[in-house]
Amino acid sequence: MIINGTRVPAVFSLLIWAVLWEIVGRLGLTILIPPLSTTIEKLVEIVGTPGFWDALGLTLKTFVIGSVISILAGIPIGILMGRLPVLDRLLLPWVNTFISAPLSALVPVVMALFGFGETTIILTVVLFAIWIIILDARAGAHAISPSLVEMARVYGATNWQAFSKIFVLSAMPEILTGVRLGLLRAVKGVIIGQLLVSVVGFGRLFEIYSSNFLMEHMWALLLVLFALASAIDTAFGLIERRVEHFASSRN
Amino acid sequence: MIGLQAQTAAPPLAADAAPIVEVRGLSKIYPGGVEALNDISLSFPEGELTTLLGPSGCGKTTLLKIIAGLLQPTGGEVRVRGRAVTGPGPERSFVFQDFALMPWATVIRNAAFGLELRGVPRSEREAVAEKYIASVGLKGFETKYPHELSGGMRQRVGLARALAVNADIVMMDEPFSAVDEQTRRQFQEDMLRLVAQERKTFLFVTHSIEEAVYVSNRIVLLSRRPSRVSEIIDVNLPRDSEPDQIRRHPAYLDTVEGIWQTLKRYLD
Amino acid sequence: MTPTTREFVPAAVPLGRPASSPHSLQTLASNPYALRIVSFAIVALAWEWAGRVPVSPSFPTFGETAAALFSMLADGSLPAAFANTLVPLAIGIALSSVVGVAIGVAMGLNEKVEWFGVPIFIVLQAAPLAALVPLLVLAYGIGVTTKVFVVCIMAMPVIVLNSFKAVRHTPHSLIEMGRSFMANRPQLIGKIILRSATPVIFAGLRLGTAAGFVGAILAELLVTPTGVGDIITYSQSTADYPRMYAAIAGVIIVSVLFIEGLGWVEQRFLRPEKRSAS
Ligand SMILES: Nc1ncnc2c1ncn2[C@@H]1O[C@H](COP(=O)(O)OP(=O)(O)OP(=O)(O)O)[C@@H](O)[C@H]1O
Ligand SMILES: [Mg+2]
Repeated sequence: MIINGTRVPAVFSLLIWAVLWEIVGRLGLTILIPPLSTTIEKLVEIVGTPGFWDALGLTLKTFVIGSVISILAGIPIGILMGRLPVLDRLLLPWVNTFISAPLSALVPVVMALFGFGETTIILTVVLFAIWIIILDARAGAHAISPSLVEMARVYGATNWQAFSKIFVLSAMPEILTGVRLGLLRAVKGVIIGQLLVSVVGFGRLFEIYSSNFLMEHMWALLLVLFALASAIDTAFGLIERRVEHFASSRN
Repeated sequence: MIGLQAQTAAPPLAADAAPIVEVRGLSKIYPGGVEALNDISLSFPEGELTTLLGPSGCGKTTLLKIIAGLLQPTGGEVRVRGRAVTGPGPERSFVFQDFALMPWATVIRNAAFGLELRGVPRSEREAVAEKYIASVGLKGFETKYPHELSGGMRQRVGLARALAVNADIVMMDEPFSAVDEQTRRQFQEDMLRLVAQERKTFLFVTHSIEEAVYVSNRIVLLSRRPSRVSEIIDVNLPRDSEPDQIRRHPAYLDTVEGIWQTLKRYLD
Repeated sequence: MTPTTREFVPAAVPLGRPASSPHSLQTLASNPYALRIVSFAIVALAWEWAGRVPVSPSFPTFGETAAALFSMLADGSLPAAFANTLVPLAIGIALSSVVGVAIGVAMGLNEKVEWFGVPIFIVLQAAPLAALVPLLVLAYGIGVTTKVFVVCIMAMPVIVLNSFKAVRHTPHSLIEMGRSFMANRPQLIGKIILRSATPVIFAGLRLGTAAGFVGAILAELLVTPTGVGDIITYSQSTADYPRMYAAIAGVIIVSVLFIEGLGWVEQRFLRPEKRSAS
């Protein structure tokens, strides 16, 4: 938008929202929303406690392990689906089901099988992240030009060479998109997993805060999580842009 | 050059036709700073097919869209029947290079869309559209959707849509650029027939010298960007002959050669 | 930052690669329904086998789960629980569809609204809004209102952003076409922009519905169990695993049907060109 002849980036509208938040909080319209300023005060307070760092550590650890598993498993599965029609037809209905299924309902199953600990949270992350990674890797494998595949055959590439050197690399743009979307879903998974397990990490903190009606504390944690999610999204967007020239030069 | 001079020196066939569109001192500078047109003045006689011919990127589309009222010029003006153009009008219609068909609408609805926007009742507008669908050779395809048609057929729908609103001036921006050579020739014949039949003014843009010479009464040669009019050529071909004969006619060949020589100067 | 929504409907891909398998296998592979059934059978068998081993005391067989599902359907407990879950869900999705599409379209049509709205919705889309659920439950209890609210919060951002993107990406040539045939602003919006935005808007509705389901179940599981969440938690606490698994399978089936239904509505009423395609 242009104000007084200068272009104001859209991100600045977030400041207006912050001011609105403060006003709504000050007016005390709803107990749900405390003022932003006191929330930030609480945030500073919370960040100083070891409980927060424990929770953050657990969140990052489960997030990273879950994401790595999703990526390492999802990409090969997706590429194989893209190259092998029979496998594709066998798996695709399930991938399509789970990509839009209410996965929060499956977390109790994971809890029943694996208990109330890190393993459950890691698996929740995988459950949330893997499907979109598979689907995008599959789309990437479809986008590989047939002449590239023929080239690999002509030069006598083994299956493994063809997979690692050609398929993965030329499907890279789609794979990266899938990974970014997968990571965003993983953030949701790591939170939902902790909320439901509720005895470790942020889940435990949320449990404590909510049983004591500490709204400001809850919002402070939320701010941290929002920031984390935005950071992951932005960072990955940057990486993706670097790979984009690939996609344009591919056909 | 000789052929060209012979042509331009020859008395134009329709010199007495009144200009229906007048372009005066038109310039266009795009927001990014690209100067597409620079002080163009032109007039288009009524009832003729005038072709804009020029190198790629010289501003043909820009000029056509300004005449259509889809773009605002940065200087100068366009007058249609003496009245200044400020936006699109019912007396002008446009055939788009990329067809611009609505994928969710059938052939007949696409062709009748201009009338639909004017609030013409359904049965009435469909009757009109049906007539023009038939006259562009698409009879029987009324209920098909654009994705079920070939490129050439899609462009015919675009043409039927432009004709159905019964505008006096039909503008076509490279309508044949997306079709194969065979379809293109067929299309050229159809267009000549429509021009003779409809008594409208056609403004036509093309890249192809042969096509320009084959279909037009007048050719406006535009120079490289920023575009100026470098030459106006009146084409005078024996229209009643067979297509093959026309394409072998000395006047046809000379005009093509003359234009090529002129254009070559810009390429060097 | 870029909006992170997308159509997840995979593009149809020709699969006509020559197969070196025997003839019968080849015909089987070329029949999508046959393979779908095979795929389902494999999973059911694997499930049955894993339940019989058993891989875990809390892992029932496929047969037990299916039996529990049918008995809960027969005694009416599952339908009752679903009604409890689906009513607020449907209200929430209807609400966020109407409001979300309106906001998204407004953002697509007006630059000021876009400036004001897009960043906040991008943040909300990326954020784990599920963390708001305990807060809402805390503030308003676990009534219908809270559930509707949760569904809206989860579903809205993706619906808004998809609608925005859809409107913003209306092919320029279609808009020019409309203008050249003298469409006025309402005609341009109604007959061209919204129609051409329909597929992406519906992709957003499907994604939003999926997110709404996640939220609704989460709300039910988190504090005071109600609806399907109640069956899940209760069966878990009494170690009645077949019932628990059956309830979960039921939720997943219903959500898939719901989302497929949306796709059907779209094709049936808004995408005539898809219907006629052979
Ligand atoms: N919207 C725009 N913004 C900036 N520059 C533009 C825009 N549209 C066209 N141009 C530039 O203006 C010049 C003329 O464009 P125009 O499309 O009118 O050319 P053209 O003669 O139709 O070319 P072609 O034969 O390739 O269709 C080109 O250099 C083009 O890059
Ligand atoms: Mg052009």
